[in-house]
Amino acid sequence: MLSPDFVILTAVGYVGLLFLLAYLSDARAKSGNAGFLSSPVVYTLSISVYCTSWTFYGAVGTAARNGLEFAAIYMGPTLVFVGWWFLLRKLIRIAHSQHITSIADFLSSRFGKSSRLAVLVTLIAVVSITPYIALQLKAITTSIQTVSVAKGDGTDHLATLDEVTLALGVAIGMAVFTILFGTRNVDAREQHPGVVAAIAFEAVVKLLALVAVGVFVVFGVSGGISDIYARAVEAGVRIHENEPFGSRWVAVMFLSACAVICLPRQFQITVVENSNEDHLRTAAWAFPSYMLVMSVFTMPIALYGLSTMPAGSNPDMFVLTLPMVTGHDALALFVFIGGFSSATSMIIVASIALSIMVSNHIVVPLALRAVPLGEESGERNIARLLLRSRRISIAGMLLLGFLYFWLTQDSDALAPIGLISFAGVAQILPAMLAALYWRRATMKGALAGISAGFIVWAWTLFLPSFASFSPTMAELVADGPWGVGVLRPEALFGMADMDPLVHSVFWSVLANVSTLLCVSVATSQNALERIQASLFVDVFRRSPSFQPRIIRGSASTSELFFVAERVLGWGRARALFDSAGVPHRQAAPQHGVSADFIARLERELAGSIGSASAHILLTKAVAGDTISLEEMMQIADETQQAIEYSHALELKSQELHSTAQQLKEANALLQDLHRQKDDFLSQVSHELRTPMTSIRSFAEILMVPEDLTLEQRVRFIGTIHNESVRLTRLLDEILDLSALEHGERGWENVPVDAEEVLDQAIAVCEALAKKRFVLIESGTRAGSCFVLADTGRLSQVFINIIANAISHNDSEKPVVHVVSRFMADSYVVEISDNGPGIPPQYHNKIFEKFVRAEPDTMSDSQGLGLGLNISHKIIDKLNGRLELTRGALPGACFRIVLPVCQEAGPTAIAEKA
Amino acid sequence: MTDILIVEDEQAILESLEFILTRCGWSVDVARDGEAALEAALRIRPRMLLLDIMLPKRGGLDVLKTLRSNEATASTLVVILTARGQQYDRQAAMDLKADGFITKPYANGDVVNAVRRILESQPSPAAHA
Repeated sequence: MLSPDFVILTAVGYVGLLFLLAYLSDARAKSGNAGFLSSPVVYTLSISVYCTSWTFYGAVGTAARNGLEFAAIYMGPTLVFVGWWFLLRKLIRIAHSQHITSIADFLSSRFGKSSRLAVLVTLIAVVSITPYIALQLKAITTSIQTVSVAKGDGTDHLATLDEVTLALGVAIGMAVFTILFGTRNVDAREQHPGVVAAIAFEAVVKLLALVAVGVFVVFGVSGGISDIYARAVEAGVRIHENEPFGSRWVAVMFLSACAVICLPRQFQITVVENSNEDHLRTAAWAFPSYMLVMSVFTMPIALYGLSTMPAGSNPDMFVLTLPMVTGHDALALFVFIGGFSSATSMIIVASIALSIMVSNHIVVPLALRAVPLGEESGERNIARLLLRSRRISIAGMLLLGFLYFWLTQDSDALAPIGLISFAGVAQILPAMLAALYWRRATMKGALAGISAGFIVWAWTLFLPSFASFSPTMAELVADGPWGVGVLRPEALFGMADMDPLVHSVFWSVLANVSTLLCVSVATSQNALERIQASLFVDVFRRSPSFQPRIIRGSASTSELFFVAERVLGWGRARALFDSAGVPHRQAAPQHGVSADFIARLERELAGSIGSASAHILLTKAVAGDTISLEEMMQIADETQQAIEYSHALELKSQELHSTAQQLKEANALLQDLHRQKDDFLSQVSHELRTPMTSIRSFAEILMVPEDLTLEQRVRFIGTIHNESVRLTRLLDEILDLSALEHGERGWENVPVDAEEVLDQAIAVCEALAKKRFVLIESGTRAGSCFVLADTGRLSQVFINIIANAISHNDSEKPVVHVVSRFMADSYVVEISDNGPGIPPQYHNKIFEKFVRAEPDTMSDSQGLGLGLNISHKIIDKLNGRLELTRGALPGACFRIVLPVCQEAGPTAIAEKA
Repeated sequence: MTDILIVEDEQAILESLEFILTRCGWSVDVARDGEAALEAALRIRPRMLLLDIMLPKRGGLDVLKTLRSNEATASTLVVILTARGQQYDRQAAMDLKADGFITKPYANGDVVNAVRRILESQPSPAAHA
């Protein structure tokens, strides 16, 4: 058994260790030797400040009461880090470029550096986080009471303390510790590397503690997971009674997702303390993994506790009581330190974040309003004011937490308190999303939306949480205000059957989002809002250095230095002025400084006192020199236009590029066509000159007929005649080819009986065949067969191929063989001969223009090299194929394949019959 | 001794050229493709070739090049006859040291005059002997 004194002293010792760690880390960071401290691992571990004592102790309690509901608390953040990392990246990018100090500062800056919005978000944060801090106090107090047992001999001074006194002591201790921790430095900058290091260390301690107790329960005292389940079933634990995946589960998951973005401490750690955007890549998988390890033993511990611990024991404390009942005090103490770690890390970060918000958004603006700027007095130094107000806010936060604890101490469970906080901060999410992605969202919209959601939350969830100690409140919950049942906090408008949490989330988010949308649409933005909206929404579309200059600079440097010194302290102010090359003690006021420098100074100041306060301060300092409304509108419009213009330019240049590409291709095609045309003309010219040559030559010979015999004269005149015919045919074919290539009018595809056309073609060729003593024999024929074709053109192809087969055939017994058949929906004709065949080197180009396979020795019959090209084109147009193949006879064999016309065929045949 | 070898694949042109040149008193032989022309040029050693460019088996310019590279035929007179009147054909023929270039269709008199002028510009091998 551990004595209370020993436990408390251990806790104090542990806090001392943390302090030392933070101190050393700060020193290292200051010397510029951050090393491991600025690694993604430390960043990820510090994000796990999400896992507070609520998850440390309460997850087991939730699992014992509500089954798998505890998993939803982990699912939400996992979804955000795995699926919505781009949102976090945008947050971080904006926060870095704008020197954002807190979530209130973020929203205020986005909505025109509005002080009102900053104050509202700060107040909401304070009210929402108060129960959460109370929760941590309760967890620490309860765990101290659980883990230690007074000896009763009077040696333990602390044993006599009751719960409330103990909690007060813890609150005071934590306040002192946090003040020492978080506001040690006079330099009130936005980042705290020492705190982050301590938080990361605590993250390791709490993980190890929870895993240790998990391993102890699963493998130490029981025989593994299956044994635990068997015992639970035996003990009558109703494992499967609660249906976890209902509306409440979804609501809890939604709230936890909101929380990991909007909780002030999460924003502080994830966004403000982030030193490198790339760390998010690691955190995106490592943080969910951390939570997975945290949650893996939750269910077994809960089941084991339920089945072995006496009825009525607090399931929230199972992780402590299970080692204790088996006498493992050392393990219990370690677990206590783990729980203490989770509670202290939350309290430290939350109260630092809240104190920054309170001092920047409430105290400093009030002070600025109250104090004329000109008075230079040590007491009114803003940096000191900041530190002082932060210290007081921290103490105030813990006091509020304690009060809440005191008022609600009768409730045993940890989880419901945490969920009340989550639902409160969730009211910030709609405005946050609008800030990031909806350019038109206005300050008034955000203000109204957050207010509406917050009021509904306070009415439906926050006030009812006091019902246990206040009879007035209990009455209100039961009957509604003044007996108006419609307004009952947990049954608005008669929705009585819902879970109170789901009920509150539904109404508050509905009120929040709809008000945000309606008011944003109904109101308009002022110039500063428009500038900031564009800076936030388009943060990835501009260079990091881009900052609009809103305050025009003609203030003297000495005035500016005076302001800077008061906020940043002399050292930092001087360093800033020196690095910008601005003399900091410029006596002559007519020497203005650049607007760029003023913008930079404003960002630096914002890093200490928030953007709204920094803006007010500088506006005051350069009073009379701020830009007029018209100029601001112009800047906003120019910014917007520049973005749109550059976007349009980008599109345009892509367009031009693709047009250029298309033109290039078209040009290449045209050049190719041009060359083909040249070749064709050259060929045509050659083909025309050849018959012309012999005609002219023989005509000249015949001009002097006396020298010639009659026989010679007849022969020469015959040649002239043949060559003239050849010339005419050549011209016809050229025109024909041109018609085919340019798309002929009057070409009509109708169902025709191809066999009939083939028969007619054979008949036409008979005359030529007789003259050349060639035999045309028909082999097996398909019989009637309909294809879609133009009769004249199809006939032309048949005649051309048969005539070729006749005139190229120099065999002794020349034969042309024609067969046709059906083959798989196609009509196939093969025309072969026993002539010399086509030499192999011509097989590939026989269908090209002006290609002839043999020397022209029989000029009366020769084609001109266009016939097969024309035939090929025609068959192409009929969706068929004309090809050279191997036939039964030794010579050439041409095959024509045409698709059979399915529809028209039978009817046409029927008509014929 | 053959004076002129006509190399031409078009039957009608071949026939008319043979008639005209024979009538003028020259002895004439014929070839119908590039390979036959080379073979005949070596075998019968004509004084001159009337050489078409578009020939089966071996083009006229190819035949001319081969003749010029062979010592036995290097000095044989060659007149190119072509239906392709393009400048680059004429240039290619001149580069290969053709002795004349006639474009189809031609006047018979032009062919006869050109052949006579070129034959007379070079003393016959018989005179050398």
